[in-house]
Amino acid sequence: MNKILIICRKELKSYFVSPIAYAVLADFALVFGVAFYTATADFVRFSFQSQMMGQQQPMDINAQIIRPLLGFAATVALFLIPMITMRLVAEEKRSGTIELLMTSPVKDSGIIIGKWLGAMALYLCVLGMSMLSVLVLFAWGKPDIKPVLVAYLGLILQGGCLLAIGTFISTTTKDQIVAVVVTFHLSLMLWMLSWFTAFGNTWVSQLANYLSIVTHMENFSKGVLDLKDVVFYVSFIFLALFLTLRRMESLRWRS
Amino acid sequence: MIKVEGLAKRYARTLAVDHISFEVEKGQIVGFLGPNGAGKTTTMRVLTCFLPPSAGKATVAGFDVMDHPMEVKKRIGYLPETPPLYPEMEVFEYLTFVGKLKGIASSEIGRRVDEAMSRCALGDVRTKLIDRLSKGYRQRVGIAQAIIHNPDVLILDEPTSGLDPRQIIEIRDLLKALSGEHTIILSTHILSEVEQNCERVIIINEGKLVANDTYVNLTNRPRGFEHVAVEVEATGGNPNPTDVQQRLEQVSGVSRVVMKDSRNGRLGFEVEGLPGRQIRADLARTVVNSGWSLAELRILGASLEDVFLDLTKSEAKPETKESPSAKGGTQ
Repeated sequence: MNKILIICRKELKSYFVSPIAYAVLADFALVFGVAFYTATADFVRFSFQSQMMGQQQPMDINAQIIRPLLGFAATVALFLIPMITMRLVAEEKRSGTIELLMTSPVKDSGIIIGKWLGAMALYLCVLGMSMLSVLVLFAWGKPDIKPVLVAYLGLILQGGCLLAIGTFISTTTKDQIVAVVVTFHLSLMLWMLSWFTAFGNTWVSQLANYLSIVTHMENFSKGVLDLKDVVFYVSFIFLALFLTLRRMESLRWRS
Repeated sequence: MIKVEGLAKRYARTLAVDHISFEVEKGQIVGFLGPNGAGKTTTMRVLTCFLPPSAGKATVAGFDVMDHPMEVKKRIGYLPETPPLYPEMEVFEYLTFVGKLKGIASSEIGRRVDEAMSRCALGDVRTKLIDRLSKGYRQRVGIAQAIIHNPDVLILDEPTSGLDPRQIIEIRDLLKALSGEHTIILSTHILSEVEQNCERVIIINEGKLVANDTYVNLTNRPRGFEHVAVEVEATGGNPNPTDVQQRLEQVSGVSRVVMKDSRNGRLGFEVEGLPGRQIRADLARTVVNSGWSLAELRILGASLEDVFLDLTKSEAKPETKESPSAKGGTQ
């Protein structure tokens, strides 16, 4: 446990001494900032209009700003997460430091979980930036806090899945570019699986829909906490990290 | 301390280590020699639990590398061929990280880091980024990393590669200081390294153990005949080198005399005797009786270079493999 935290802290630290953390954070701040601005400006214009027309339509900050905004954040995460995970193991393999980790009294699972948690910590920083914008809404309006918290839980879990995939891909190569490209495409595929609903209600489309990590996000972003979505995400993370562990073990056998 | 029995490691197509066996006693420094690709690094990687063996057993401090890797890892300090450094870290930060990873308690970590840094003379670069360090310093950080948790066994894969002569001497002194309480295996292909550092030498070639002996025994391998260096004082071209050579050749039991050099008024010869004949006394008597001054007379042992080249020659000279020290495994 202790060793996991040591590795996690080292990962987080090396993100912040390299440009990666700043690139990811700046990128997210920019994109999310623009999205936040347009969503809020839309909302304000709309509420003005409805007042001018004299009709008192119920305005809902949760439904009209926060939900689409956090749904958008989930999509942005899809692009950012491969950048976070690409170096995790690939870099250590390239520079040979993996030999230090694997000959230290730490279990392989400890190394992997530590690295995944380190990536998770950076991802939480990214989400933290989005929270700044959401807090502004709390300062000027009265949105319901519970669905917001549920949506953030969903973002964390979905991010955890993508980070676990990225960690796995990073163990398969020495090349960070390969890692980032493959992780991105794999994440994209998992996202696109949700499109299969368009083909009707066959078992194939249902399965594809179930496996898509985006469909499970939908409930969360509506503020609905469903145990089966949580179970899906958690077991997905376990599976991906388990595969990573097997991959690390096979590294020893082949190398 | 280290026991290897029938260890083999097979990669996809090649057998990198071919059933080698050896033992290392506590406190010994052992030189691990072999040409590139002989299987040195692979053997070390098995001992450090980085790679599992394909066959055979290896135990470190009584713990099997397959069954109790955690116990083995706790007791081993390992410097791989390329020091495993994080360029984005400062030296003390890196050593602190490694120390914690090796399980040093946080109350002790500061002291241990300072100790390792002073042993490897890293005080000047304490807060420097590893990225900015020269090759020599990096190598020393690598060694500091290996000794930080005061392991029973140190495994160093070419610890002096890329260092300048002064640094090599420093590392050598460091290793001397570390031996005794630590058991050290170091691989190298710099032979003088082994001559100065190691009590025992293990030579492997193409995955096979070809020698496992003390340095002294290896270099004094019986060759069946005496090989003697003779130096005779000469002033103003007197005595004449060819005279001396002829006279030496006439000594009974001498098979060959080679003129080596003449400088500072000394004529140097290398004399080989016939198998089983003691020629030194006769040589000395001949020189003195001829009225010349004998400046030096000494036995020439084989240098480690010779032994090494001899043993690692691939199948060209099969008879070398039958020499007593080359049977492998047994001391």
